[in-house]
Amino acid sequence: MSDNLIEIRDLSFAYRERLVLKGINLSARRGQVVAIMGISGGGKTTLLRLIGGALRPTSGVLNVDGVDMSHLDRDGLYRLRRRMGMLFQFGALFTDMSVFDNVAFPLREHADLPEEMIRDLVLMKLNAVGLRGAHDLMPSELSGGMARRVALARAIALEPSLILYDEPFAGLDPISLGVTGNLIRRLTDTLGVTSIVVTHDIQESLRMVDYVYFVSEGVIAAQGTPDELRASTEPFVHQFVHGEEDGPVPFHYPAPAYADELELAA
Amino acid sequence: MNNLLNSLRGIGAHVIDGIWRMGVATRFFLMTLLQSGQSFRRFHLIIREIFSAGVLSLIIILVSGLFVGMVLGLQGYETLQTYGSEEALGVLVSLSLVRELGPVVAALLFASRAGSAITAEIGLMKATEQLAAMEMMAVDPVARVVAPRFWGAVISMPILAALFSAMGILGGYLVGVVLIGVDEGAFWSQMQAAVDFREDILNGVIKSVVFGVAVTAIALFEGYDAPPTAEGVSRATTRTVVTSSLAILGLDFILTAFMFRGV
Repeated sequence: MSDNLIEIRDLSFAYRERLVLKGINLSARRGQVVAIMGISGGGKTTLLRLIGGALRPTSGVLNVDGVDMSHLDRDGLYRLRRRMGMLFQFGALFTDMSVFDNVAFPLREHADLPEEMIRDLVLMKLNAVGLRGAHDLMPSELSGGMARRVALARAIALEPSLILYDEPFAGLDPISLGVTGNLIRRLTDTLGVTSIVVTHDIQESLRMVDYVYFVSEGVIAAQGTPDELRASTEPFVHQFVHGEEDGPVPFHYPAPAYADELELAA
Repeated sequence: MNNLLNSLRGIGAHVIDGIWRMGVATRFFLMTLLQSGQSFRRFHLIIREIFSAGVLSLIIILVSGLFVGMVLGLQGYETLQTYGSEEALGVLVSLSLVRELGPVVAALLFASRAGSAITAEIGLMKATEQLAAMEMMAVDPVARVVAPRFWGAVISMPILAALFSAMGILGGYLVGVVLIGVDEGAFWSQMQAAVDFREDILNGVIKSVVFGVAVTAIALFEGYDAPPTAEGVSRATTRTVVTSSLAILGLDFILTAFMFRGV
């Protein structure tokens, strides 16, 4: 068994004619939290969707848990997805089901277990995210942070080997953000899973991840451990880590000259 | 010349887009049928949808049926009285309802109540990534979400149409017999003699099943195909009501031509 749960080599992906990802090389070791960061529209969510099998690479190699994703049929993809969990940006809880039923959903769909055992498993998963007491609530009664924790309990219900996180910190207050970050780290360590986190939140990420890939304009622009990135003098990384307004990523969207636009030249 | 070419190009693009969409909708419908096995193995999923689409539509169907029957009773009596055949009021009311108004009006009401709800629900599930989450859990949304709704609504439709007709006949009875004073025996016996089970009732049931399939297939496709935005879901919901209503009226003409005129 390879040390790397995810192995990506020379991966390219195009939407029709438009090349979105070019020559991506990335790997994630078992038990690691790996962050994929970068500016919006840079291709990081596309990369996450490729790892999840929602998209297929145009060229290159993409292996997840020893399975080549490029040549996977639908049944094979569904078999692999039973070993994956995904946390969507706003949780994507089923709004017509209670918290309990949301977490029980994958168990009822895939595991032929008696209802008493499902109950115990669901309460264990909810306890792991600190929401055992909320099992009777409906998703509409949860705060944003709680909804994401319930979604996390659902994502780990089938004890996956890989968990994908799509912007897990977006729109959270500082307390919920810290709680979510700690949970990702703790679950990764205790369950021995691999976590891939797509995020903008540089400070929270550098605190809890093992390795970071920066994606910009479809390529891996930089990579390294949190300490390496904090110390980096590369302009793009420096601008991103320190949240500077201008730099390699310009403040202004490309536009004609300001004076011309206001007709001041004459 | 350039304007003409651009117009032609625009029309061509519109036609190609329409044909493409028809193809996607047909494929989606076939996928729904293919993935229906799980729904029947877990029949509680269909029962739940019968409740959402059928039971929750009962009020509008029953009340509308009663009023339509009462209006038929009033109008029918006025016309039949001219020819001295007011005893045939029961026949007029029942045949109008069982053959035409029951299936058609019930389907139109069903499209605006249950069809729009199905589109909005699935469109919002898509917009809030619930369908994508299901996919990521290796659960096919067509099998788990779409197929049970399809069968729940298709089973509900003929029952709702039958209840609409029954309430309509009751409305006709209340106005014709209780209010105006048409002979009760003539009202019921002529109805019993004139209404044929195969020719009238069965054909009405066939119509309502066809309308149920059309409305539900349109509602499901529009929801599943809706752009995942508030505007996209709102447009899809409107399209469901408009397209379903036109489909019901068009299909009714075709079915009536085959069933009652022997085309």
